[in-house]
Amino acid sequence: MIDSFFNLEIMAQVLPSILDGMGITAVLSILVILTGTVLGLLLATIRALQKRPVDLIIILFVDAFRAIPPLVILIVTFFALPYVGIQLSGLVATWLCLSLVLAAFAEEIFWAGILSVHKGQWEAARSTGFTFLQTLRFVVLPQAMRLALPPLTNRAIAIGKSTALASVVAVPEILNQASSAQAQYANASPLTLAALAYLAIFIPLVVLSRWVESRFAWKH
Amino acid sequence: MDRLLETFFNPEVMVTSAPYLVRGLWMTVRLCAVVIPLGMAAGLILATLHHLRHRWLNVLLIIYVDLFRAFPPLMLLIFVYYGLPYVGLVLSPFMAVTLAFMLNTSSYYGEILRAGIESIPHGQWEAARSTGLGRAQTMRYVILPQAVRSVLPDLVSNTLEVVKLTSLASVVALPELLRMARVAQGVTFNPTPLILAAGIYFILLWPFVRLLSRMERRMLAPAA
Repeated sequence: MIDSFFNLEIMAQVLPSILDGMGITAVLSILVILTGTVLGLLLATIRALQKRPVDLIIILFVDAFRAIPPLVILIVTFFALPYVGIQLSGLVATWLCLSLVLAAFAEEIFWAGILSVHKGQWEAARSTGFTFLQTLRFVVLPQAMRLALPPLTNRAIAIGKSTALASVVAVPEILNQASSAQAQYANASPLTLAALAYLAIFIPLVVLSRWVESRFAWKH
Repeated sequence: MDRLLETFFNPEVMVTSAPYLVRGLWMTVRLCAVVIPLGMAAGLILATLHHLRHRWLNVLLIIYVDLFRAFPPLMLLIFVYYGLPYVGLVLSPFMAVTLAFMLNTSSYYGEILRAGIESIPHGQWEAARSTGLGRAQTMRYVILPQAVRSVLPDLVSNTLEVVKLTSLASVVALPELLRMARVAQGVTFNPTPLILAAGIYFILLWPFVRLLSRMERRMLAPAA
Protein backbone atom coordinates (compact mmCIF):
# COMPACT_ATOMS: atom_id res chain seq x y z
CA MET A 1 0.00 0.00 0.00
CA ILE A 2 2.69 2.48 1.09
CA ASP A 3 4.92 1.25 -1.71
CA SER A 4 2.17 1.68 -4.33
CA PHE A 5 0.87 5.09 -3.29
CA PHE A 6 3.65 6.79 -1.31
CA ASN A 7 6.83 5.53 -2.93
CA LEU A 8 9.18 8.38 -2.06
CA GLU A 9 11.83 7.40 -4.58
CA ILE A 10 9.39 7.55 -7.48
CA MET A 11 7.81 10.71 -6.08
CA ALA A 12 11.21 12.41 -6.04
CA GLN A 13 11.81 11.46 -9.66
CA VAL A 14 8.37 12.59 -10.80
CA LEU A 15 8.29 15.81 -8.79
CA PRO A 16 9.89 18.07 -11.44
CA SER A 17 7.36 17.12 -14.11
CA ILE A 18 4.46 17.49 -11.67
CA LEU A 19 5.76 20.96 -10.79
CA ASP A 20 5.85 21.80 -14.50
CA GLY A 21 2.28 20.55 -14.69
CA MET A 22 1.31 22.74 -11.74
CA GLY A 23 2.64 25.77 -13.60
CA ILE A 24 0.53 24.95 -16.62
CA THR A 25 -2.57 24.21 -14.53
CA ALA A 26 -2.17 27.50 -12.63
CA VAL A 27 -1.55 29.65 -15.71
CA LEU A 28 -4.34 27.97 -17.67
CA SER A 29 -6.78 28.43 -14.76
CA ILE A 30 -5.92 32.11 -14.39
CA LEU A 31 -6.24 32.73 -18.13
CA VAL A 32 -9.59 30.94 -18.31
CA ILE A 33 -10.99 32.70 -15.25
CA LEU A 34 -9.92 36.15 -16.50
CA THR A 35 -11.16 35.67 -20.06
CA GLY A 36 -14.39 33.98 -18.99
CA THR A 37 -15.32 36.56 -16.35
CA VAL A 38 -14.56 39.56 -18.57
CA LEU A 39 -16.48 38.03 -21.48
CA GLY A 40 -19.39 37.20 -19.17
CA LEU A 41 -19.51 40.77 -17.85
CA LEU A 42 -19.38 42.09 -21.40
CA LEU A 43 -22.29 39.88 -22.45
CA ALA A 44 -24.32 40.91 -19.38
CA THR A 45 -23.67 44.58 -20.23
CA ILE A 46 -24.83 44.07 -23.80
CA ARG A 47 -27.91 42.28 -22.49
CA ALA A 48 -28.67 45.22 -20.20
CA LEU A 49 -29.17 47.31 -23.36
CA GLN A 50 -32.31 45.21 -23.94
CA LYS A 51 -32.08 44.82 -27.70
CA ARG A 52 -34.37 41.91 -28.48
CA PRO A 53 -32.52 40.06 -31.33
CA VAL A 54 -29.16 40.44 -29.59
CA ASP A 55 -30.69 39.19 -26.34
CA LEU A 56 -31.95 36.04 -28.03
CA ILE A 57 -28.51 35.25 -29.44
CA ILE A 58 -26.89 35.74 -26.04
CA ILE A 59 -29.52 33.58 -24.33
CA LEU A 60 -29.00 30.80 -26.89
CA PHE A 61 -25.23 30.94 -26.43
CA VAL A 62 -25.52 30.94 -22.65
CA ASP A 63 -28.02 28.08 -22.56
CA ALA A 64 -26.01 25.95 -24.97
CA PHE A 65 -22.79 26.35 -23.02
CA ARG A 66 -24.57 25.67 -19.75
CA ALA A 67 -26.28 22.54 -21.08
CA ILE A 68 -23.50 20.80 -23.03
CA PRO A 69 -20.79 19.14 -20.89
CA PRO A 70 -17.42 20.97 -21.13
CA LEU A 71 -15.64 17.77 -22.15
CA VAL A 72 -18.04 17.38 -25.10
CA ILE A 73 -17.38 20.97 -26.17
CA LEU A 74 -13.64 20.39 -25.89
CA ILE A 75 -13.76 17.12 -27.86
CA VAL A 76 -15.83 18.74 -30.62
CA THR A 77 -13.41 21.67 -30.82
CA PHE A 78 -10.33 19.51 -30.80
CA PHE A 79 -11.43 16.54 -32.92
CA ALA A 80 -14.18 17.93 -35.19
CA LEU A 81 -12.85 21.34 -36.26
CA PRO A 82 -9.74 19.85 -37.96
CA TYR A 83 -12.11 18.32 -40.57
CA VAL A 84 -12.64 21.86 -41.89
CA GLY A 85 -9.00 22.78 -41.55
CA ILE A 86 -9.14 24.48 -38.13
CA GLN A 87 -6.44 22.84 -36.04
CA LEU A 88 -6.07 24.28 -32.55
CA SER A 89 -3.42 23.12 -30.10
CA GLY A 90 -4.72 21.33 -27.02
CA LEU A 91 -3.82 24.31 -24.85
CA VAL A 92 -5.60 26.87 -27.02
CA ALA A 93 -8.63 24.59 -27.46
CA THR A 94 -8.95 24.12 -23.68
CA TRP A 95 -8.47 27.81 -22.99
CA LEU A 96 -11.08 28.75 -25.59
CA CYS A 97 -13.68 26.15 -24.56
CA LEU A 98 -13.44 26.66 -20.80
CA SER A 99 -13.46 30.45 -21.22
CA LEU A 100 -16.68 30.25 -23.22
CA VAL A 101 -18.25 27.91 -20.65
CA LEU A 102 -17.31 30.24 -17.80
CA ALA A 103 -18.51 33.26 -19.81
CA ALA A 104 -21.93 31.62 -20.17
CA PHE A 105 -22.25 30.99 -16.43
CA ALA A 106 -20.79 34.39 -15.53
CA GLU A 107 -23.20 36.20 -17.86
CA GLU A 108 -26.12 34.47 -16.17
CA ILE A 109 -24.79 35.34 -12.71
CA PHE A 110 -24.07 39.01 -13.55
CA TRP A 111 -27.40 39.35 -15.31
CA ALA A 112 -29.28 37.96 -12.31
CA GLY A 113 -27.39 40.46 -10.15
CA ILE A 114 -28.22 43.36 -12.47
CA LEU A 115 -31.90 42.35 -12.54
CA SER A 116 -32.03 42.33 -8.76
CA VAL A 117 -31.31 46.07 -8.67
CA HIS A 118 -34.58 47.95 -8.68
CA LYS A 119 -35.59 49.75 -11.87
CA GLY A 120 -36.01 52.99 -9.93
CA GLN A 121 -32.27 53.09 -9.33
CA TRP A 122 -31.65 53.11 -13.08
CA GLU A 123 -34.17 55.88 -13.57
CA ALA A 124 -32.81 57.94 -10.70
CA ALA A 125 -29.22 57.63 -11.88
CA ARG A 126 -30.09 58.38 -15.49
CA SER A 127 -32.11 61.44 -14.43
CA THR A 128 -29.09 62.89 -12.62
CA GLY A 129 -27.32 62.92 -15.98
CA PHE A 130 -25.41 59.63 -15.76
CA THR A 131 -25.03 57.81 -19.06
CA PHE A 132 -26.05 54.16 -19.44
CA LEU A 133 -22.49 52.97 -18.84
CA GLN A 134 -21.93 55.28 -15.88
CA THR A 135 -25.15 54.08 -14.28
CA LEU A 136 -24.10 50.48 -14.79
CA ARG A 137 -20.57 51.09 -13.56
CA PHE A 138 -21.21 53.29 -10.53
CA VAL A 139 -24.74 52.45 -9.39
CA VAL A 140 -25.91 49.05 -10.55
CA LEU A 141 -22.82 46.84 -10.71
CA PRO A 142 -21.54 47.63 -7.19
CA GLN A 143 -24.86 46.40 -5.83
CA ALA A 144 -25.07 43.49 -8.26
CA MET A 145 -21.56 42.37 -7.36
CA ARG A 146 -22.56 41.63 -3.79
CA LEU A 147 -25.03 39.07 -5.08
CA ALA A 148 -22.85 37.81 -7.88
CA LEU A 149 -19.63 37.25 -5.98
CA PRO A 150 -20.39 34.00 -4.09
CA PRO A 151 -21.77 32.04 -7.07
CA LEU A 152 -19.08 33.52 -9.30
CA THR A 153 -16.32 32.38 -6.95
CA ASN A 154 -17.72 28.87 -6.84
CA ARG A 155 -18.07 28.70 -10.60
CA ALA A 156 -14.56 30.04 -11.16
CA ILE A 157 -13.11 27.37 -8.88
CA ALA A 158 -15.10 24.66 -10.66
CA ILE A 159 -13.78 25.89 -14.01
CA GLY A 160 -10.23 26.01 -12.65
CA LYS A 161 -10.57 22.34 -11.70
CA SER A 162 -11.95 21.62 -15.16
CA THR A 163 -8.52 22.40 -16.59
CA ALA A 164 -7.86 18.73 -15.71
CA LEU A 165 -9.88 18.00 -18.86
CA ALA A 166 -6.94 19.37 -20.84
CA SER A 167 -5.15 16.10 -20.07
CA VAL A 168 -7.54 14.44 -22.54
CA VAL A 169 -6.19 16.60 -25.37
CA ALA A 170 -2.58 15.96 -24.35
CA VAL A 171 -1.80 19.24 -22.57
CA PRO A 172 0.99 18.39 -20.09
CA GLU A 173 -0.78 19.78 -17.01
CA ILE A 174 -0.80 18.05 -13.61
CA LEU A 175 -3.11 15.15 -14.38
CA ASN A 176 -1.55 14.43 -17.77
CA GLN A 177 1.97 14.38 -16.31
CA ALA A 178 0.83 12.13 -13.46
CA SER A 179 -1.00 9.69 -15.73
CA SER A 180 1.97 9.17 -18.01
CA ALA A 181 4.33 8.83 -15.03
CA GLN A 182 1.94 6.32 -13.49
CA ALA A 183 2.08 4.22 -16.65
CA GLN A 184 5.84 4.60 -16.94
CA TYR A 185 6.68 3.55 -13.36
CA ALA A 186 3.74 1.12 -13.02
CA ASN A 187 3.05 2.76 -9.68
CA ALA A 188 0.29 4.96 -8.28
CA SER A 189 2.56 7.38 -6.40
CA PRO A 190 2.55 9.99 -9.22
CA LEU A 191 -1.25 10.11 -8.87
CA THR A 192 -0.92 10.74 -5.14
CA LEU A 193 1.49 13.54 -5.93
CA ALA A 194 -0.99 14.96 -8.44
CA ALA A 195 -3.70 14.89 -5.78
CA LEU A 196 -1.41 16.85 -3.44
CA ALA A 197 -0.62 19.32 -6.22
CA TYR A 198 -4.31 19.97 -6.80
CA LEU A 199 -4.86 20.41 -3.08
CA ALA A 200 -2.03 22.95 -2.94
CA ILE A 201 -3.71 25.02 -5.63
CA PHE A 202 -7.39 24.59 -4.86
CA ILE A 203 -7.74 24.16 -1.08
CA PRO A 204 -6.90 27.85 -0.50
CA LEU A 205 -9.53 28.76 -3.08
CA VAL A 206 -12.17 26.48 -1.54
CA VAL A 207 -11.50 28.04 1.86
CA LEU A 208 -11.68 31.49 0.25
CA SER A 209 -15.06 30.59 -1.26
CA ARG A 210 -16.35 29.59 2.18
CA TRP A 211 -15.26 32.99 3.46
CA VAL A 212 -16.84 34.86 0.54
CA GLU A 213 -20.04 32.92 1.08
CA SER A 214 -20.32 33.89 4.74
CA ARG A 215 -19.12 37.44 4.14
CA PHE A 216 -21.65 38.17 1.41
CA ALA A 217 -24.39 35.90 2.72
CA TRP A 218 -27.79 36.79 1.34
CA LYS A 219 -30.23 37.15 4.19
CA HIS A 220 -33.68 36.02 3.12
CA MET B 1 -21.51 25.80 -47.04
CA ASP B 2 -22.25 22.45 -48.70
CA ARG B 3 -18.94 21.15 -47.50
CA LEU B 4 -19.70 22.28 -43.95
CA LEU B 5 -23.05 20.49 -44.01
CA GLU B 6 -21.45 17.45 -45.60
CA THR B 7 -18.83 17.38 -42.84
CA PHE B 8 -20.77 18.24 -39.71
CA PHE B 9 -24.37 17.33 -40.55
CA ASN B 10 -23.95 14.39 -42.87
CA PRO B 11 -27.33 12.57 -43.07
CA GLU B 12 -25.80 9.24 -44.07
CA VAL B 13 -23.38 9.33 -41.17
CA MET B 14 -26.24 10.25 -38.86
CA VAL B 15 -28.09 7.10 -39.86
CA THR B 16 -24.99 4.93 -39.47
CA SER B 17 -24.09 6.37 -36.09
CA ALA B 18 -27.61 6.38 -34.62
CA PRO B 19 -27.37 2.86 -33.12
CA TYR B 20 -24.06 3.77 -31.43
CA LEU B 21 -25.48 6.94 -29.97
CA VAL B 22 -28.64 5.26 -28.74
CA ARG B 23 -26.55 2.67 -26.90
CA GLY B 24 -24.37 5.41 -25.48
CA LEU B 25 -27.34 7.47 -24.36
CA TRP B 26 -28.80 4.43 -22.60
CA MET B 27 -25.53 3.96 -20.69
CA THR B 28 -25.51 7.67 -19.75
CA VAL B 29 -29.06 7.33 -18.40
CA ARG B 30 -28.12 4.23 -16.39
CA LEU B 31 -25.08 6.00 -15.00
CA CYS B 32 -27.18 9.00 -13.92
CA ALA B 33 -29.78 6.69 -12.38
CA VAL B 34 -27.08 5.23 -10.15
CA VAL B 35 -24.84 8.22 -9.43
CA ILE B 36 -27.49 10.87 -8.68
CA PRO B 37 -29.46 8.94 -5.99
CA LEU B 38 -26.25 7.64 -4.41
CA GLY B 39 -24.70 11.11 -4.30
CA MET B 40 -27.84 12.65 -2.87
CA ALA B 41 -28.20 9.93 -0.22
CA ALA B 42 -24.55 10.26 0.82
CA GLY B 43 -24.91 14.05 0.85
CA LEU B 44 -27.99 13.79 3.05
CA ILE B 45 -26.06 11.58 5.48
CA LEU B 46 -23.22 14.15 5.57
CA ALA B 47 -25.64 17.01 6.20
CA THR B 48 -27.51 15.10 8.92
CA LEU B 49 -24.27 14.16 10.66
CA HIS B 50 -23.22 17.80 10.54
CA HIS B 51 -26.41 18.75 12.29
CA LEU B 52 -25.57 16.55 15.28
CA ARG B 53 -23.22 19.45 16.15
CA HIS B 54 -20.50 17.14 17.36
CA ARG B 55 -17.37 19.28 17.31
CA TRP B 56 -14.76 16.77 16.10
CA LEU B 57 -17.15 15.06 13.76
CA ASN B 58 -17.85 18.42 12.13
CA VAL B 59 -14.16 19.11 11.65
CA LEU B 60 -13.84 15.76 9.89
CA LEU B 61 -16.91 16.45 7.76
CA ILE B 62 -15.59 19.84 6.67
CA ILE B 63 -12.24 18.30 5.77
CA TYR B 64 -14.00 15.58 3.75
CA VAL B 65 -16.19 18.06 1.92
CA ASP B 66 -13.40 20.54 1.16
CA LEU B 67 -11.05 17.78 0.06
CA PHE B 68 -13.44 16.36 -2.49
CA ARG B 69 -14.44 19.82 -3.67
CA ALA B 70 -10.77 20.65 -4.30
CA PHE B 71 -10.00 17.54 -6.40
CA PRO B 72 -10.99 17.70 -10.06
CA PRO B 73 -13.52 14.90 -10.68
CA LEU B 74 -11.44 13.59 -13.58
CA MET B 75 -8.47 13.23 -11.25
CA LEU B 76 -10.58 11.26 -8.78
CA LEU B 77 -11.73 9.00 -11.59
CA ILE B 78 -8.18 8.39 -12.85
CA PHE B 79 -7.05 7.75 -9.29
CA VAL B 80 -9.79 5.21 -8.64
CA TYR B 81 -9.55 3.48 -12.01
CA TYR B 82 -5.77 3.39 -12.52
CA GLY B 83 -4.53 3.74 -8.93
CA LEU B 84 -6.57 1.24 -6.93
CA PRO B 85 -5.57 -1.81 -9.04
CA TYR B 86 -2.03 -1.42 -7.61
CA VAL B 87 -3.42 -2.54 -4.25
CA GLY B 88 -5.40 -5.35 -5.88
CA LEU B 89 -8.68 -3.48 -6.09
CA VAL B 90 -9.71 -3.78 -9.74
CA LEU B 91 -13.02 -2.07 -10.44
CA SER B 92 -15.03 -2.23 -13.64
CA PRO B 93 -15.27 1.15 -15.41
CA PHE B 94 -18.87 1.46 -14.24
CA MET B 95 -17.95 0.82 -10.61
CA ALA B 96 -14.95 3.14 -10.79
CA VAL B 97 -17.07 5.94 -12.22
CA THR B 98 -19.76 5.39 -9.61
CA LEU B 99 -17.28 5.46 -6.73
CA ALA B 100 -15.32 8.49 -7.99
CA PHE B 101 -18.41 10.55 -8.76
CA MET B 102 -20.10 9.59 -5.51
CA LEU B 103 -17.11 10.97 -3.58
CA ASN B 104 -17.30 14.17 -5.60
CA THR B 105 -21.05 14.77 -5.77
CA SER B 106 -21.81 13.75 -2.18
CA SER B 107 -19.66 16.60 -0.92
CA TYR B 108 -21.53 19.11 -3.10
CA TYR B 109 -24.96 17.73 -2.21
CA GLY B 110 -23.85 17.63 1.44
CA GLU B 111 -22.92 21.32 1.43
CA ILE B 112 -26.18 22.31 -0.24
CA LEU B 113 -28.38 20.29 2.12
CA ARG B 114 -26.42 21.50 5.14
CA ALA B 115 -27.07 25.11 4.12
CA GLY B 116 -30.74 24.26 3.62
CA ILE B 117 -31.09 22.64 7.04
CA GLU B 118 -29.31 25.57 8.69
CA SER B 119 -31.67 28.04 7.03
CA ILE B 120 -34.62 26.64 9.01
CA PRO B 121 -35.17 28.62 12.22
CA HIS B 122 -34.46 26.76 15.42
CA GLY B 123 -38.00 27.39 16.67
CA GLN B 124 -39.21 24.84 14.14
CA TRP B 125 -37.17 22.15 15.87
CA GLU B 126 -38.44 23.13 19.27
CA ALA B 127 -42.05 23.30 18.12
CA ALA B 128 -41.85 19.92 16.39
CA ARG B 129 -40.10 18.24 19.32
CA SER B 130 -42.59 19.69 21.78
CA THR B 131 -45.46 18.07 19.89
CA GLY B 132 -43.83 14.73 20.65
CA LEU B 133 -42.00 14.07 17.37
CA GLY B 134 -38.63 12.34 17.74
CA ARG B 135 -35.42 13.83 16.33
CA ALA B 136 -35.51 11.68 13.21
CA GLN B 137 -39.19 12.39 12.72
CA THR B 138 -38.64 16.13 13.11
CA MET B 139 -35.90 15.98 10.50
CA ARG B 140 -37.97 13.84 8.15
CA TYR B 141 -41.35 15.55 8.37
CA VAL B 142 -40.66 19.13 9.43
CA ILE B 143 -37.13 20.27 8.63
CA LEU B 144 -36.17 18.49 5.41
CA PRO B 145 -39.27 19.40 3.36
CA GLN B 146 -38.65 23.09 4.09
CA ALA B 147 -34.88 22.81 3.74
CA VAL B 148 -35.14 21.14 0.34
CA ARG B 149 -37.52 23.83 -0.86
CA SER B 150 -35.20 26.62 0.19
CA VAL B 151 -32.20 25.16 -1.67
CA LEU B 152 -34.09 23.66 -4.61
CA PRO B 153 -32.31 25.77 -7.26
CA ASP B 154 -28.93 24.62 -5.95
CA LEU B 155 -30.07 20.99 -5.91
CA VAL B 156 -31.31 21.22 -9.50
CA SER B 157 -28.13 23.01 -10.55
CA ASN B 158 -25.91 20.38 -8.96
CA THR B 159 -27.92 17.53 -10.47
CA LEU B 160 -27.45 19.13 -13.87
CA GLU B 161 -23.71 19.24 -13.20
CA VAL B 162 -23.74 15.54 -12.30
CA VAL B 163 -25.43 14.61 -15.58
CA LYS B 164 -22.79 16.61 -17.46
CA LEU B 165 -20.11 15.02 -15.30
CA THR B 166 -20.96 11.54 -16.59
CA SER B 167 -19.33 12.49 -19.91
CA LEU B 168 -15.96 12.11 -18.13
CA ALA B 169 -16.64 8.37 -17.97
CA SER B 170 -15.61 8.27 -21.65
CA VAL B 171 -12.01 8.69 -20.48
CA VAL B 172 -12.04 5.24 -18.84
CA ALA B 173 -13.71 3.74 -21.92
CA LEU B 174 -17.16 3.38 -20.39
CA PRO B 175 -19.42 3.28 -23.48
CA GLU B 176 -21.62 6.26 -22.62
CA LEU B 177 -22.83 8.93 -25.05
CA LEU B 178 -19.56 10.79 -25.62
CA ARG B 179 -17.52 7.58 -25.86
CA MET B 180 -19.91 6.04 -28.38
CA ALA B 181 -19.87 9.26 -30.41
CA ARG B 182 -16.06 8.98 -30.58
CA VAL B 183 -16.36 5.33 -31.62
CA ALA B 184 -18.87 6.26 -34.33
CA GLN B 185 -16.56 9.06 -35.46
CA GLY B 186 -13.76 6.50 -35.81
CA VAL B 187 -15.96 4.14 -37.82
CA THR B 188 -17.33 6.77 -40.20
CA PHE B 189 -14.26 9.06 -40.48
CA ASN B 190 -16.63 11.97 -39.98
CA PRO B 191 -17.27 14.33 -37.04
CA THR B 192 -21.07 14.31 -37.43
CA PRO B 193 -21.54 11.88 -34.48
CA LEU B 194 -19.75 14.35 -32.17
CA ILE B 195 -22.05 17.17 -33.24
CA LEU B 196 -25.03 14.85 -32.76
CA ALA B 197 -23.87 13.93 -29.26
CA ALA B 198 -23.52 17.62 -28.35
CA GLY B 199 -27.00 18.19 -29.80
CA ILE B 200 -28.46 15.35 -27.74
CA TYR B 201 -26.98 16.74 -24.53
CA PHE B 202 -28.32 20.17 -25.42
CA ILE B 203 -31.85 18.98 -26.18
CA LEU B 204 -32.00 16.82 -23.05
CA LEU B 205 -30.63 19.42 -20.64
CA TRP B 206 -31.93 22.65 -22.13
CA PRO B 207 -35.33 22.48 -20.36
CA PHE B 208 -33.54 22.12 -17.04
CA VAL B 209 -31.21 25.06 -17.77
CA ARG B 210 -34.27 27.23 -18.55
CA LEU B 211 -36.07 26.03 -15.44
CA LEU B 212 -33.00 26.79 -13.39
CA SER B 213 -32.67 30.34 -14.75
CA ARG B 214 -36.27 30.95 -13.75
CA MET B 215 -35.86 29.52 -10.28
CA GLU B 216 -32.72 31.54 -9.62
CA ARG B 217 -34.38 34.68 -10.88
CA ARG B 218 -37.37 34.13 -8.60
CA MET B 219 -35.09 33.68 -5.58
CA LEU B 220 -33.51 37.07 -6.26
CA ALA B 221 -36.61 38.91 -7.41
CA PRO B 222 -37.87 40.57 -4.20
CA ALA B 223 -35.30 43.37 -4.24
CA ALA B 224 -37.68 46.29 -3.99
